[in-house]
Amino acid sequence: MSVIVDVLSGIFIVAGGAFCVVGALGLVRMPDFYTRMHAAGVTDTVGAALLLLGMILQAGFSMATVKLLMIGLLLLFTNPTATHALAKAARARGLEPLLAPEEDASKP
Amino acid sequence: MFAAAAISLLVALALALVRAMLGPSVFDRLQAANTVGTVAMLMLAVLGFLTGRPEFLDLALIYGLLNVVGTIAVLKFFRHGDLGDPGHEAERHQ
Repeated sequence: MSVIVDVLSGIFIVAGGAFCVVGALGLVRMPDFYTRMHAAGVTDTVGAALLLLGMILQAGFSMATVKLLMIGLLLLFTNPTATHALAKAARARGLEPLLAPEEDASKP
Repeated sequence: MFAAAAISLLVALALALVRAMLGPSVFDRLQAANTVGTVAMLMLAVLGFLTGRPEFLDLALIYGLLNVVGTIAVLKFFRHGDLGDPGHEAERHQ
């Protein structure tokens, strides 16, 4: 039983780390600010959630689990708020999203 | 396992720092700073398990709280030009 939990938490932790790297890679590679924000969301949601889930499985029923759940709750509340404020501030400052060039409607 | 997670978190931290240095606008840098904060929080939690010291989870919690307050404060400054000092607002609306 404990072997299953260990393997499961290992999978979760490694996958969480991989998702964090993917999100950060998107932060570097994406072409404009709004798409970068979208990529950074991967780190904030899936990466963090998988890492915390893996650590909760590793900790078992203890005070550490409660603290990990509190960290997860904090992340779930604060990161969307920060992202929303960031997008609103960027729009208010007049940062335009990068759009595809306008298609010529007269062409077939 | 925790070492692998710690190494991938360090890589993510480095990539976010690259964006913070490159970032053409201040909002790119803020987004990168926010990501650095999130990753550092996870890093603290992983480090606590890696070294067998669960006290690090408290540090992670405090770091997360400070991170969001810092991001919102800097954003407010760059959006409005000040931190919302009521004295300034009253003068401006006259």
